[in-house]
Amino acid sequence: MTQNIENNIKKRTIYFDDVYFSEGFSVVGPKELKGKLGDHFDFALINDKYDQKTFEKAERKMFETAIDGVMAKSKVLPIEVDAILGGDLLDQIVSTSFSARKSSASFFGMYTACATYAQSLIMGAALIHGYYNNVICISGSHFSSAERQYRYPLELGVLRSPMTQWTCTGVGATLLTKNAHTPNTPKITAATPGRVIDYDIKDVNNMGAAMAPAACDTLKQFFSDTGKSPQDFDLILTGDLGKLGKEILLDLSKQEGFDLTDNLADCGASLYFTKQKTFQGGSGAACSAIVVNSIILDNLRSGQMRNLLLVGTGALMSQLTAYQGDGIPAVAHLVEITSSVKDAGREPLEKYYQPKKEEIKMKNEKNAKNNNSKNNNVKNKVNNSKSDSKNEMKNKKENKDK
Amino acid sequence: MELLWSFGKAFIVGGAICMIGQIIIDITHLTNGRILVIFLIAGAILQAFNLYQPLIDWAGAGASVPISGFGSALVTGAVEAAKAEGVVGAFTGGLKATATGITTAVVFGYLVAIIFKPRTKPI
Amino acid sequence: MKSDKKKTSEIGKVEKALNLKPEESLEVFSKEKQEEFASTQEKYKDVAQKFQHIDKSNYKEYVFHKSPKSSHFKNMFWAFLVGGLICVLGQAFVELFLYLGMPKPDAFVLASSVLVALAAIFTGFGIYDLLGRFAGAGSTVPITGFSNAIVAPALEFRCEGMIYGLGAKMFLVAGPVIVNGVAISVVIALITLLFTGGGG
Repeated sequence: MTQNIENNIKKRTIYFDDVYFSEGFSVVGPKELKGKLGDHFDFALINDKYDQKTFEKAERKMFETAIDGVMAKSKVLPIEVDAILGGDLLDQIVSTSFSARKSSASFFGMYTACATYAQSLIMGAALIHGYYNNVICISGSHFSSAERQYRYPLELGVLRSPMTQWTCTGVGATLLTKNAHTPNTPKITAATPGRVIDYDIKDVNNMGAAMAPAACDTLKQFFSDTGKSPQDFDLILTGDLGKLGKEILLDLSKQEGFDLTDNLADCGASLYFTKQKTFQGGSGAACSAIVVNSIILDNLRSGQMRNLLLVGTGALMSQLTAYQGDGIPAVAHLVEITSSVKDAGREPLEKYYQPKKEEIKMKNEKNAKNNNSKNNNVKNKVNNSKSDSKNEMKNKKENKDK
Repeated sequence: MELLWSFGKAFIVGGAICMIGQIIIDITHLTNGRILVIFLIAGAILQAFNLYQPLIDWAGAGASVPISGFGSALVTGAVEAAKAEGVVGAFTGGLKATATGITTAVVFGYLVAIIFKPRTKPI
Repeated sequence: MKSDKKKTSEIGKVEKALNLKPEESLEVFSKEKQEEFASTQEKYKDVAQKFQHIDKSNYKEYVFHKSPKSSHFKNMFWAFLVGGLICVLGQAFVELFLYLGMPKPDAFVLASSVLVALAAIFTGFGIYDLLGRFAGAGSTVPITGFSNAIVAPALEFRCEGMIYGLGAKMFLVAGPVIVNGVAISVVIALITLLFTGGGG
């Protein structure tokens, strides 16, 4: 199956042929819509209860919407989906499993907290590499349901510590396929499953610090396995380390002998504005899923980005372990996604990062056109399958401008 | 004027107690429940040495409204009942003295839970 | 030092390349505030240089130095103000009940109950948790915080039913307060009884 594992038992990176990252669909809550990436998501809720009685039911419905949306967008029939892999933050990953009951596909429940998305991508890619044709990888979380399970009831007046992160409301679904349906479909080429690292951080408010060593360990493993360096990638995207976790990872990686400063970004830290008072940024199983399935996928398709490393990070604690005084073990799974656009990728760094004004304008127009057609397609499909008049498809701001 | 001074005393003492709580939170990152318990026990122990009641007499609501006042009320009730009724009083007195507060909280908690719905924190 | 500065600006470039909207709040800041922000950032940046090698043994210490600290003075100010105002409100009720001719102990008990009821209603309207977000201990330590701690879980777990939801979870946060309070009051009363009863 893999070339390297047979030779050297210490190598943990696995390689995939022909695993295509076909389509992605992102559902987000109102707060994420108002955040930095607000223009890029496929579907946004106006109220985060999604017309359901409880937040848990709303989360479930978001999962259903995402599964339907990704199938509609990629024109894959429900019966063609071989398996659904995914998880969420609620106990016994109920949201994912309940939403999968409407589907005829096999179901695999995944849980590594916030690394769930990366884990399901790895497992999905492995299944496609071996057996299946179409696999949906899904992961999501809901602020209100997670908050009440992990922290306090919503109405309890507490002062939030400046180290806390904000659990994202959202669901991201990805369709992995064996055959590319459209040209320019990105590929999943390699993955490094992480191991559990415990640096004995006990502050449940400071997840970024607990997860950064795990991310560093997995990245180090990947670079030593493949012989690549951070400079070979356009972007190294961590899941939900937050602003502090990102800084810590930079320090740790410098110490380990590789420098990420040029191309490290964090999904959680890039979701919200500072004025939204999320302090360290977003977290949660949804965090990496919604970012990858919206803006990153667009970038890979258009060839603006040649390749990226997604490092999903998960803090594997529960309330029980926190009360019993245990540390927070963490795991990080790494997935390498490569664009298959010809001569994709950045031109010399400076040019890529500072496009001229005309280029930006052209790019925006192009994006707007693409989004327009994409949006309308999905809108119709989703509206057909779901008769929600209240939670309407949001229009991209760019369209309004034009 | 005396009324104003009583408000002033309540403000200073109540504010100071809350500020001590905030300092403890900032230094130790304790959770809400722990802070409440710490202040309650502090009030109870102070009252055991008969130190908290003078504060209430001086500052009024400034000392009785913080949760330490609740703790001192529990102890006052239990000790007084114990002196009057013996061992049985020690067991009944505390809750009897604070029953109004607890019952109000429970009843209003019940009503509010029926009437209102929880909402997400605003954006 | 110079190279460091250059690199931090390049982190921003990655985010720019992703078409992220610019950080709005930073633009609104005045120049002094921006400088202040930059200086605090610098302060945390240099932490790593103080450590020879970060590993499991000194990671906690490193994280402690690296973490942003909340502004103690601001927190204390708000806690003092809000806590003090809640107590003044309590005092106002005490004076009112005294004016109505109630005995002093009853006035105190009733004033606390009124505050408890008010806090419950404010919790229902979703106002109390907003207060708690900036007042911290100022809204937690007064008896209103106790009421909030009872009402919030009751409200939250209502959807699991009246018995296992509301009934069981009502004392999720405030339960320890009552349990510990009752326990310690009984212990103190028994000890007092032992000494005074034994002596007299």
